[in-house]
Amino acid sequence: METEYRRAPGYWPRAAIFYLYLLFLYGPIVIIVILSFQDDGASLSFPMQGFSLFWFKEVIDPSYIGDFRWPFGRSLILGLIVMVLTMGISFLAGLAFRKNFIGNIVVFYLVVASLICPSILISLGIGLGFSNLGMTSQWWSGALGAHLSWTLPFGVLIMLAVFSRLDPRLEEAARDQGATQWQALRYVIVPITLPGLIGVALFGFTLSYDEFPRTSSVAGEFNTLPVELVNTLTLAATPAIYAIGTMTTVFSLVVIFVSFLAVYIIQKRRTGAGFNIAKKAEKASEG
Amino acid sequence: MAAINAIFSRYATALQISPLLITLLFFLIGPVIVIVIISLWNFNGFMMVEGDWTFSNYIKLFSKNLTLDNYLQTLKMLAITLAITTVLGFTLAYFLVFDLIQLRTKLLLFLLCVVPFWTSGVIRMVAWLPFLGKEGIINQAVMAVGISDTPLEFLLFSEFAVFLSYIQIFTLFMMAPLFNVMARINRDLIEAAKDNGASGLQILMHVIIPLCKPGLAIGAIFVTALVASDFTAIRILSGAQVGTVMASMSNQIYNVQYPPASASAIVLLLAVLLIVGMIMRLVDVRKQL
Repeated sequence: METEYRRAPGYWPRAAIFYLYLLFLYGPIVIIVILSFQDDGASLSFPMQGFSLFWFKEVIDPSYIGDFRWPFGRSLILGLIVMVLTMGISFLAGLAFRKNFIGNIVVFYLVVASLICPSILISLGIGLGFSNLGMTSQWWSGALGAHLSWTLPFGVLIMLAVFSRLDPRLEEAARDQGATQWQALRYVIVPITLPGLIGVALFGFTLSYDEFPRTSSVAGEFNTLPVELVNTLTLAATPAIYAIGTMTTVFSLVVIFVSFLAVYIIQKRRTGAGFNIAKKAEKASEG
Repeated sequence: MAAINAIFSRYATALQISPLLITLLFFLIGPVIVIVIISLWNFNGFMMVEGDWTFSNYIKLFSKNLTLDNYLQTLKMLAITLAITTVLGFTLAYFLVFDLIQLRTKLLLFLLCVVPFWTSGVIRMVAWLPFLGKEGIINQAVMAVGISDTPLEFLLFSEFAVFLSYIQIFTLFMMAPLFNVMARINRDLIEAAKDNGASGLQILMHVIIPLCKPGLAIGAIFVTALVASDFTAIRILSGAQVGTVMASMSNQIYNVQYPPASASAIVLLLAVLLIVGMIMRLVDVRKQL
């Protein structure tokens, strides 16, 4: 049957475009990963000056570049806080949007507006708002809000998509069997929407962890990692930037991989469980 | 306890939506109001004068030739980026949906396209330096082959570099919604068109593209918003060579000229809302979720 199959006309040009695009997407990152393994020479391009872990050691234990460990720590903590808040707020909003409450269209358009609003306006507005109230915006206050204004649209839109595919009869069935509202939520809705929630977590964490424009005017005196990176870049670019790029990219890839793995395992167990139940039912009917 | 439960179930929806509403109130509507207020404060050339209400920031903005140039430059970059990301994003999605057979391969390659979105934008910009720099890979190749004796200057810190980074990353915002709508196209429609004698081009033009419109609209909204408010690529890759609205606004912010910057930000927001509003009239975005 497979031998009968013929490629559609134009397959090869489209395949070529696709794989060239992947090269275009990943090529530059691969190059800086390679270039980050240089010796003490400050070459920003090829040919490579030796091969060593010099710049990685420099980032972990800095002697003459700026200290990136604290900005990383702040970005990590902020990312985790944003992740948890985005999950909670988006999940609750998803529950609410199932009922067509008054003003649901207004809230929906506010969410879209938050997505398309120029980042710098949010950042500057929060920064100036804080200073007019006699306070200074910090990474854990103003920047936290600025990040939520960016991660919540993704979270809410994902939850809307997840809930629109959720069969309301499942919850009704649970209630008919005597489950309380809380039990229906805990044992029916949360487990079913869990893969979507993991997706929201991935967006919440990574978008916050990497966010630069919305942080630029609100980070206060202590910078997050992306702000620190841009500042360093404007002052003096060394291969240390490449080493940090390598480390932070690997870190992001691990986070993405773990999220996907979690979703994959849940889906697998779910189909596995369904399969087992079906098998048992079959056996019972046979017996 | 029962009373509390009754209150909870009576106001459940209100309680569920309020965290979102409160967050957006403080961190979306709040900042916009602050910016509107500050855009109406007088700027005397050195500092803003609190409570000195005036329209002068807007009048100055609209009377400067630079403003028009900034908007034309931004519109030009938006038009070119939209054109390229649409054609490229469509081709990528088409390949994934119609050319590949196995669902597992489709999803894997789709994820490969999307993964960079979850990595650092700043580092993605930095990654162009070894490629495009004066002594970068492209210039080394150009000089080795003998196309030019001197390094090409237009590669880095230029409009070209900004375009390259836009296309690299914004294409996925076009590709993902297109992938989503294309995957839902009923194959029977295509078979029916074939049976009625439609050519490949006719199927594309009269069946596939019309069914892709919602995806195109969502992609266009993303790309418009991203190009109009891009700050990172302009900051890192343009070398102050590209006069977009954002570039001049970030200059003003850097020079602590907050009232003019605020007026500019409000006008930009209105321009983006206008374009996005026009796109949203063409298609019901909420139905696509």
